[in-house]
Amino acid sequence: MTCVHLLLTLVFAVSLGTPVEIQGPRGVPLTKKQFYVENKPFTCLDGSRTIPFDRVNDDYCDCKDGSDEPGTAACPNGSFHCTNAGYRTMFIPSSRINDGICDCCDTTDEYNSGAKCENTCKELGRKEREVLQKMTEITKEGFLLKQHLIEEAKKGHQEKQIKVTDMQENKKQLDEKVEVLRTVKETAEQPEKEAKERHLKAWEEQKAAIRLEKDKAKMAEAFLELDDNADGFVSVSELQSHAELDADADGTLTETEAQGLMGGAEQVDMSTFESVWPNIKDKYHSESQPEEPAPVETPPDEVKEPVVDNDSEPYPEDDISEEEDEDDEDEDDYHEDDDKAPPTIKTPEKSHEDEDAMPPYDADTQALIDAAQKARDDFEEAEKALREMDDQIRNIEKELSFDFGPDAEFTYLYSQCYELTTGEYIYRLCPFNRVSQKPKYGGSETNLGTWGSWSGPENNKYLLMKYEHGTGCWQGPNRSTTVKLTCGKETVVTSTSEPSRCEYLMEFTTPAVCQEPANTDLSPHDHVEL
Amino acid sequence: SSHNSLEMGLLSVVCVSLFFSSTFAVDRGNFKTCDQSAFCKRQRALKPGQSPYRALLETLELSDSRLTLQLINDNNKVHLLLELYRLQGNMTRVKINELKPLKPRFEVPDVLIAEPPTEPLSVLSKDDNGVVLSLGVKNQRLIVSARPFRLDIMQGPEVLLSLNSRGLLAFEHLRLHKDTQAQPDGAEVKESVDGDQQQDEGEKGEDGESDKEEVGLWEETFKSHTDTKPNGPTSISLDFSLPGVEHVYGIPEHADDLKLKTTDGGDPYRLYNLDVFQYELYNPMALYGSIPVMLAHNTQRTMGIFWLNAAETWVDISSNTTGKTVFGKMLDFVQGSSENPQTDVRWISESGIIDVFIMLGPKPSDVFSQYASLTGTQSFPPLASLGYHQCRWNYNDQEDVKSVDQGFDQHDIPYDFIWLDIEHADGKRYFTWDPHKFPQPKEMLQGLMDKKRKMVAIVDPHIRVDSGYKIHNEITSKDFYVKNKDGRNYEGWCWPGNSGYPDFTKPEMRAWWASMFAYDQYEGSMENLFTWNDMNEPSVFNGPEVTMHKDALHGKWEHRDIHNIYGLYVQMATAEGQTRRSGGVERPFVLTRAFFAGSQRYGAVWTGDNAAEWDHLKISIPMCLSLGLVGVSFCGADVGGFFKNPSTELLVRWYQTGAYQPFFRAHAHLDTTRREPWLFGPENTALIREVIRQRYALLPYWYQLLYQAHKTGMPVMRPLWVDYPKDTATFTIDDEFLIGRDLLVHPVTEEGSRGVTAYLPGAGEVWYDVHTFQKHNGAQNLYIPVTLSSIPVFQRGGSIIPRKDRVRRSSTCMENDPYTLYVALSPKKFAEGELYIDDGHSFNYDTKKEFIHRSLTFANNALTSNNLCPNCNFLTSSWIEKVLILGASKPSKVLLKMDGKETPVDFEFDTSMSVLTLRKPGMNAGADWTLLLQ
Repeated sequence: MTCVHLLLTLVFAVSLGTPVEIQGPRGVPLTKKQFYVENKPFTCLDGSRTIPFDRVNDDYCDCKDGSDEPGTAACPNGSFHCTNAGYRTMFIPSSRINDGICDCCDTTDEYNSGAKCENTCKELGRKEREVLQKMTEITKEGFLLKQHLIEEAKKGHQEKQIKVTDMQENKKQLDEKVEVLRTVKETAEQPEKEAKERHLKAWEEQKAAIRLEKDKAKMAEAFLELDDNADGFVSVSELQSHAELDADADGTLTETEAQGLMGGAEQVDMSTFESVWPNIKDKYHSESQPEEPAPVETPPDEVKEPVVDNDSEPYPEDDISEEEDEDDEDEDDYHEDDDKAPPTIKTPEKSHEDEDAMPPYDADTQALIDAAQKARDDFEEAEKALREMDDQIRNIEKELSFDFGPDAEFTYLYSQCYELTTGEYIYRLCPFNRVSQKPKYGGSETNLGTWGSWSGPENNKYLLMKYEHGTGCWQGPNRSTTVKLTCGKETVVTSTSEPSRCEYLMEFTTPAVCQEPANTDLSPHDHVEL
Repeated sequence: SSHNSLEMGLLSVVCVSLFFSSTFAVDRGNFKTCDQSAFCKRQRALKPGQSPYRALLETLELSDSRLTLQLINDNNKVHLLLELYRLQGNMTRVKINELKPLKPRFEVPDVLIAEPPTEPLSVLSKDDNGVVLSLGVKNQRLIVSARPFRLDIMQGPEVLLSLNSRGLLAFEHLRLHKDTQAQPDGAEVKESVDGDQQQDEGEKGEDGESDKEEVGLWEETFKSHTDTKPNGPTSISLDFSLPGVEHVYGIPEHADDLKLKTTDGGDPYRLYNLDVFQYELYNPMALYGSIPVMLAHNTQRTMGIFWLNAAETWVDISSNTTGKTVFGKMLDFVQGSSENPQTDVRWISESGIIDVFIMLGPKPSDVFSQYASLTGTQSFPPLASLGYHQCRWNYNDQEDVKSVDQGFDQHDIPYDFIWLDIEHADGKRYFTWDPHKFPQPKEMLQGLMDKKRKMVAIVDPHIRVDSGYKIHNEITSKDFYVKNKDGRNYEGWCWPGNSGYPDFTKPEMRAWWASMFAYDQYEGSMENLFTWNDMNEPSVFNGPEVTMHKDALHGKWEHRDIHNIYGLYVQMATAEGQTRRSGGVERPFVLTRAFFAGSQRYGAVWTGDNAAEWDHLKISIPMCLSLGLVGVSFCGADVGGFFKNPSTELLVRWYQTGAYQPFFRAHAHLDTTRREPWLFGPENTALIREVIRQRYALLPYWYQLLYQAHKTGMPVMRPLWVDYPKDTATFTIDDEFLIGRDLLVHPVTEEGSRGVTAYLPGAGEVWYDVHTFQKHNGAQNLYIPVTLSSIPVFQRGGSIIPRKDRVRRSSTCMENDPYTLYVALSPKKFAEGELYIDDGHSFNYDTKKEFIHRSLTFANNALTSNNLCPNCNFLTSSWIEKVLILGASKPSKVLLKMDGKETPVDFEFDTSMSVLTLRKPGMNAGADWTLLLQ
């Protein structure tokens, strides 16, 4: 709540000396007594008119400014001065004169109402002095603490700035290191890549040769099988015995079809069969192994070295980081080479298919791969270190950028949390971060707002903190909290309330708002704010 | 306070999402239209025509004051008994019941303050066609026509009012279940193709009735709720024709214009007390309260129809001049072909009997006193309750109450009452206090008392079913709960969750409830704690239309029969409790949301859960005006609007309007931001302070008007036509109003308004701006430029208004303050007014005649105070500090004549505004005196 200038909250000094008996009209403060001269015409203080003196305090309002009735309730805008000897002097609105309610501790406001008022000024004065003394002590001590806090903060600030500077220097070096290592990595990866490709190519050539040989053997075998009469020729009719070669899938291989397969010839010899074989080999069923399904040939270019499974990455923690901050994904180069695990170990299960498994890298290639892997690891490590460094710098810079008050006296609150337990809830204030509320007996935490801004009055915005955009209220606004700071030796949350639904108010004491105690002898002075 | 978030939360989480997407308005689907209310649909299907009812003149019996006569429905041969009474004060009562019902039909008790005194009826003539009775005054006759049956009330050659002239009398007689009958037994259904069969309808129940027609006779389902209707169809209907009438008013509560609209083509006005969440404006839907009283007015006469029935009721209005332009009407007039304008009204109720009071006026004030003689007048509230009330759902705890209280003092704003809504009680167990938030209620109340201020705490009629709750246990052990149709205690959901509903129709229950307000029963209560009855429609969150099932039982009667009077009983018992706790010495103050005819006797009414919207500010005027016309003067709307947050401008304007309405309370929903008057910057605080001060300065006038309302039934806040009954320009005005006879208020209810046009009535009269004393002529539309500080208020030339210009922090603090008399002279240099003074809070004004009542008259250049109650006895220390005479000329000398002595009085004269100010004449407010201007 903002402080409003109020009639009743005017601050008056405590009168310390013996009370001065004010003569003259009732309700006039000493400073204005001069305007009320017995038996001389009275001029309203606004100068609006002059009246006989017997009309001063005659319970009828003659002056527009109410100045002719300082001691009665006649004027709607008048004010009454109580001396309150022993306590602080005070102005009350005229409407509180003789209303049956004791407002002035010296009872002077109730002189004709029948209200039984007791003079409580001495007691009030004593209490107030006690409170004031205590407050002064607190303020004094708090102010000392504050100086300490300011120093600490300055020190901390400097340290942090130095640290940031250092870190930025380090970061520069790290940057360079990363770049160097990137070059190293790329340099090592080029020969690695070439060696791997060479290896692969060699293996593929080898595989092709093997396949060709196999095919030839199969062809020869087929020729022998087809050549039923063993005349060294495969004829159309011999071919027709293999119905599976039927091209139009009508179940029979006609003569014409068979002749077609044979390239129009009636019969072919072993060498000419080489040109027929490609036409039939896909469908051809060996007579010796009629049950065996046609071997499923893997297209050669799909056969690769064993591939590292993407699902079982070597850096499972990366998954987490990836999910948590997707923005960093661009910086993550972990996925750029999935095939970093070399096929050095042949798994025994796969050994029966010897010809399909790539043979291990030769020693030279392996050496290149190992070297490249190391360069990658080094690079990644350096890059990670750089990122961490960045984070640290960012955090410190963020902290340095907070408005911790004119003298950074609120710095110490940063990254701290303070709790207050009430009947039902535990309230938690983490300054410059967030406010939350948690049921005492289980239940989830509710965000009452995250740090917004200082929002005190213009002359001192550091008296209020505003936390906004907390958990939304049903059919209402998002929760928000105003934290009111008052001077205290301790840093504590002293109370919480919810004046409007979902708008919380928290009172918080801290030495950081303690002002330098006024070091003056308080002399009585009057001040009307109207 | 109605709050759907909790309600919905209780019922279904699914609703939440639906709710978010819906716009801010009533969910109309929760409430019935006429078509969805079986009896209304059935009755409304009957069209005007030849009535099947015939008066059996041979059965006529006439005692001194009562005439009885049987009616027969020629369609079904069911006999009805007609009773006619001539009542004292120019009223006629017409009762129609079944001659021999299967079992008794409900007749509403506790509304009439006594059996209305009668006057002799005499038969002027009688023949086969009918009977002519004399109504005593001024050639007034009541004509009973036999075939078809109809009644006409005539004065000389003029028909004032006719009953059953359109043949819409329809009386569904009690029957056994098998004896079903599709149509109400009344008028012929013109549209019916088998019209001939209607003739012997009585015997044809069993055959040939289509299933469609039987729907809703013995059972009716609305949404998921089934009404079992063990008594079958029981509805009644009667039509009234008002020749020469174009303006009808009343039948609150509806969020609609003051002048009732015709209902052709739409739904009838509905009277069925309902907790309507976020009600919509300008429609005939039912709201929280029902007063079945309609006023008819023209330049010649004002009349009233009081339909005493507490069941669900619908009112149809039609007019033969609807839609005619002024030009069209003029043309009719010029051509002489004009048919007499006429308004026709039809009342339909679900059960009970026909019991109608026809109030014949002829002046507006006559109708008010006639109605008051039947149902009583506005209770005379404690003076403090006319001050400003600060309410919010909720002031959270004692600390909160204290700081709000201090806020008023810090900002020098007066207030009298601070209010606590449902959160103050321990788990919504009324009569208790939350032990954490309000651990020391007496300490809190004492703190308020020390400042001469008061508190209101809510006590709702739904009782938490909880064996650890004393109130619940006692009601259970005394068997005071309403029962459901199976005879077990009726239970429904409300704020506390599962709740029972005490049967307030039982006198023993009410007596017990009243005893709960004793200081030793209601722990933490003190004499400055008063009560607010909310949710007394009753609100049942999971009931049909958010209220109680109609087949629930109150003893032998169904809830159907008594529904609209439940809320009245709650307030009645509560007010009784408050009176009793002081041994009958202190006046109670109880605010209610639900009400019925007679509720005015028990306290104040507010217009329920409105919203922070300009239209809601506007509608507060016709809503309270309508209530005032039918007895409830102590009316107000939540200042600022209950739902939503008002803009600062709206809030300020609402204070400016509310300060000039009888019940002046700011209130706000739990979900709104705080809005105590000082939270909107110093300028707005000053504006609100100023208008609350204006209210307090005028408290003597308000108090005197409430006394007048209490004594005579005259509404406090009135439409202009009440005092200017012959000025047709006033008949539809509902954006300005009169307070009493002497203050005219035209609140600013438009956003960003730069001016308003006020109609100042009264040809040859003058009105004085109360702020500037500028004089304006009557019978003109006056444009008044406004700023945010303007509140256009005018004092009638010819009136004297006493004010207390020394505004203090509460009304009680102002008790002994002097008065200033504002004498506003008429063009004939005349003025009159009254001054009423008593202790402000006790019944001693009544029981011991401890009050001062004086007439103040300015005539022949002399202002005189005369005693209106010479045998009264009250001493005041208040005196007259100042007299302002507006429209005066400058005297050479002013003398005060008192106790046989003459003393000169100082004066000042302001020539620019012709205001004469008499300085400090100083006489006691209770004394006889004369001030002479020479």
